[in-house]
Amino acid sequence: MNQTVSTNDPTTIASDGDGFVLNEEDARAIVDERGHYEQPQAACIEALKIVQRRHGWVPDGAIPAIAEALGIGVAEVEGVATFYSLIFRQPVGRHVILLCDSSSCFLTGYDTLYAEFTRHLGIRFGQTTPDGRFTLLPVCCLGACDRGPALMIGEDTYGPVAPEDVAELLEGYE
Amino acid sequence: MASNASLRYRCQLWQTARERQPETHPLTWRLREDNTRIDLDDYLAKDGYAAVRETLGQQSPQDVIETMKTANVRGRGGGGFSAGMKWSLTMQGEGIPRGYLVCNADEMEPGTFKDRLLLEQQPHLLIEGMILGAYANNSAYGYIFLRGEYVEAARSIDKALAEAREAGWLGTDIAGSGFDFDIALHTGAGRYICGEETALISSLEGGRANPRTKPPFPGQSGAWGKPTVVNNVETLCNVPGVMRHGADWYQGLSGERSDDGGTKLYGVSGQVERAGLWELPIGTPGQEILERAGGMRAGKSLKAWLPGGGSTGFLLPEHLELPLDFDTIGKQGSRLGTGLLTVVTEEQSIVSLLRNLESFFARESCGWCTPCRDGLPWTVKILESLERGEGEVGDLELLQELAGDLGPGKTFCAHAPGASMPLSSALKHFRDEFERGVSHPSRAAHEDPIPVGNV
Repeated sequence: MNQTVSTNDPTTIASDGDGFVLNEEDARAIVDERGHYEQPQAACIEALKIVQRRHGWVPDGAIPAIAEALGIGVAEVEGVATFYSLIFRQPVGRHVILLCDSSSCFLTGYDTLYAEFTRHLGIRFGQTTPDGRFTLLPVCCLGACDRGPALMIGEDTYGPVAPEDVAELLEGYE
Repeated sequence: MASNASLRYRCQLWQTARERQPETHPLTWRLREDNTRIDLDDYLAKDGYAAVRETLGQQSPQDVIETMKTANVRGRGGGGFSAGMKWSLTMQGEGIPRGYLVCNADEMEPGTFKDRLLLEQQPHLLIEGMILGAYANNSAYGYIFLRGEYVEAARSIDKALAEAREAGWLGTDIAGSGFDFDIALHTGAGRYICGEETALISSLEGGRANPRTKPPFPGQSGAWGKPTVVNNVETLCNVPGVMRHGADWYQGLSGERSDDGGTKLYGVSGQVERAGLWELPIGTPGQEILERAGGMRAGKSLKAWLPGGGSTGFLLPEHLELPLDFDTIGKQGSRLGTGLLTVVTEEQSIVSLLRNLESFFARESCGWCTPCRDGLPWTVKILESLERGEGEVGDLELLQELAGDLGPGKTFCAHAPGASMPLSSALKHFRDEFERGVSHPSRAAHEDPIPVGNV
């Protein structure tokens, strides 16, 4: 990844060959986040999330742009961006479904619920529906074990969800 | 959207306001019947920030640590280490910079849903506990490390931090004491390993969540090399009560049930009639918690249970009468962990459940050290073949060996030992279920290998 622009003003940062340009508002938010910590590196995860909120995912070109905005190495940002499960490095659907596959949900019907999602959407974990509407992912115990099986769609948490609820539940998300 | 609304998850405690009294339910007596967030006015009307007012500037930080040590508030994240003891080991004094107080709100332990309740509905209790903790440990700044998926909790904490700051409970010269402290909310981006104390610090600093070697302990050198205290949400929520009513009161909460003091947020999930959460004296037997949950669902009987999350060891129905405290459960080859029970019914396969658990630990390994990175996927493969009834003679011995190699002292952090505990306890209690999965002779998988690169 070649950085083609070098400037100290984070609001005007362009980026590498992908043509990714950090949105001005996002660049300011990232610089603002930096102020919460002793070292700029600490704002890295939040910076990735800021980019993801705008684009839905984190394109490769965002990595050097974030590195530049924070004044840290590209490899450091890349290392972080590839570690965390909620940072998406490829395009995802408009709504990300996080289906809890941990023990309590496993014991209360996760298998049949997952089967219904794959049947209804025609996708497995890690895939996106062809219309770009939904991406299906597994997630660590959602802390909703008293109402398993549980899941999230975007920022909304649901549980318990029965297989017969799936079709109607998804209708709420265009 | 009407049907969606009915499926929305809402956390709640299954105890009436009448049952929850200030003297007996320090963690939950303020909770509202409608399950909404307790705002600053409500919190202040219910004795809120009284402990801060009475402690800061009135008692020395050393006094606070002594009170906490005497109360023996044991780490509610599952470690069970005395918070007062931890605080007494934080470096402070002349020439030592003021450090950080970090609240571990990265609740991801399978089967655990207790901190969510406190974070969503009672953030001011946590903030008050953090102010007291910061005062005792001379922390300059606090972070609430919250898992990214807890969106509702993030909203609730954001509002509470703003309210507290506005009213002067955070910032400079808190309650006229001359003590300065503020808190920022830090939300994560997934990965169970972030809940490990030192991995959490790595993540807070903006790196991959790899754990760090101890010593130095975080209290000596933590975030950015400064003394750092990491405490669980529920642990910190116990502090205001202890400082307000004293160590003796706290010890008395558990009565004769346990040597441990205080109350505990207990809960049950799995196929029970009414899964949920209750604040009860620490040392309450599993039987009572199961009864509060209405027992097993109709027609189901209990085969086994995990006392406090996926990284604790399986216990049997006969263990339900034991007091659920750290030492008692520890003596049974398990751990109290988070104190939220997961029940397994007679017809549910232990091998399948273990495959689910070990897949979780394999996926969530940070990959830093070999036993964990390679041993866990290997364990999963063996469990999968046993689950299909295609296990080989020798697989059980191999699993036993892996459980040992994943155990304490072999790895950098407690992740692999946590994965090892349900495995070794399941092999001990339910060996016959594993044996039923063995149908092939020894090394059968190697008899007709698929040529590499020629498929």
